[in-house]
Amino acid sequence: MSLFELCEWLANTSWSIALHESRYAFLGVLTIHVLTLSVFVGTSLMIDLRLLGVAMIRVPASQVIERLVPWSAAGLILMMTSGALLFYAAPLVRYQNIFFRMKMATLVLALLNAWLFHRTVYRRIADWDRDAVPPRAARLAGGLSLILWVVIITAGRMMAYQDYWFN
Amino acid sequence: MILEFCRWIQYSAPLVAMRDSPWVFPVIATIHLIGLTMIGGAVLLVDLRLLGLGLRHQPVALLARDAERWLLRGLFVAMSTGVLLFMCFATKYYYLTFFWVKMAALILVIVLTFSVRRRITAANEPQVNDATGRLVAVVSLTLWTTVALGGRYIGFP
Repeated sequence: MSLFELCEWLANTSWSIALHESRYAFLGVLTIHVLTLSVFVGTSLMIDLRLLGVAMIRVPASQVIERLVPWSAAGLILMMTSGALLFYAAPLVRYQNIFFRMKMATLVLALLNAWLFHRTVYRRIADWDRDAVPPRAARLAGGLSLILWVVIITAGRMMAYQDYWFN
Repeated sequence: MILEFCRWIQYSAPLVAMRDSPWVFPVIATIHLIGLTMIGGAVLLVDLRLLGLGLRHQPVALLARDAERWLLRGLFVAMSTGVLLFMCFATKYYYLTFFWVKMAALILVIVLTFSVRRRITAANEPQVNDATGRLVAVVSLTLWTTVALGGRYIGFP
């Protein structure tokens, strides 16, 4: 089964049609998706800025990360769940959207970046915890994360304009 | 009077030119969203601390000072792009209740943030975990959520 056929099958399930045709459920999910942006990307942003050595430099990096990660993780779960539902409501529309594809590719890169950070330089955090400016690898991870999330937000916003621009 | 003002802005030459461009509004709307994340991060950092839910070992004053810098930057980004978005479709927003709810909540939360909330976070000593701090944090979070919800509903059909 190709990806397209999978989307086609999903689009024909009764729950997908129900969500697509509902007035308030769909708008509610959309609202959650956009509002959790400020929780998830907002808290990640503060972590990234700490890793770059430009915010909260007097607070040990480990504390910023340990305290904020539960909130950004909760935000991420909400974003991914609501995002998955938004996809499920219109699988074929999302599938053919160039900005959606761009967004998903960038999302993979952002998650990979976070995973690599936790596997490498974060393991040695005791060595640089109190440094105002963390080592290059940590700054790279923070900077990349910032850029990738800006790209993801931009692509997400632009999804609404594909028809307007290209058709 | 306000409506006439909205009409005048919306149909002024630079705004007509802006609306004619297919990408200006989407790009400004995107930057507006990025401003929202900056505000979200800076507000949550301090409000969660006031609620005793994060960074408990750090003095509130220190966090608040750092966060305020980013809050101001976020406000600058969101408000400057917000004004442009408003000017593009001023007369439409004039008739939307959600728009006025959003503006009212925004004014209230800015006043709260730079008066009561700032005084509480600057006090620092001892660990501000008392009822006042919690109350201010809850009010602040509620108002910001109202601002964000208002913003989202402005865009709904």
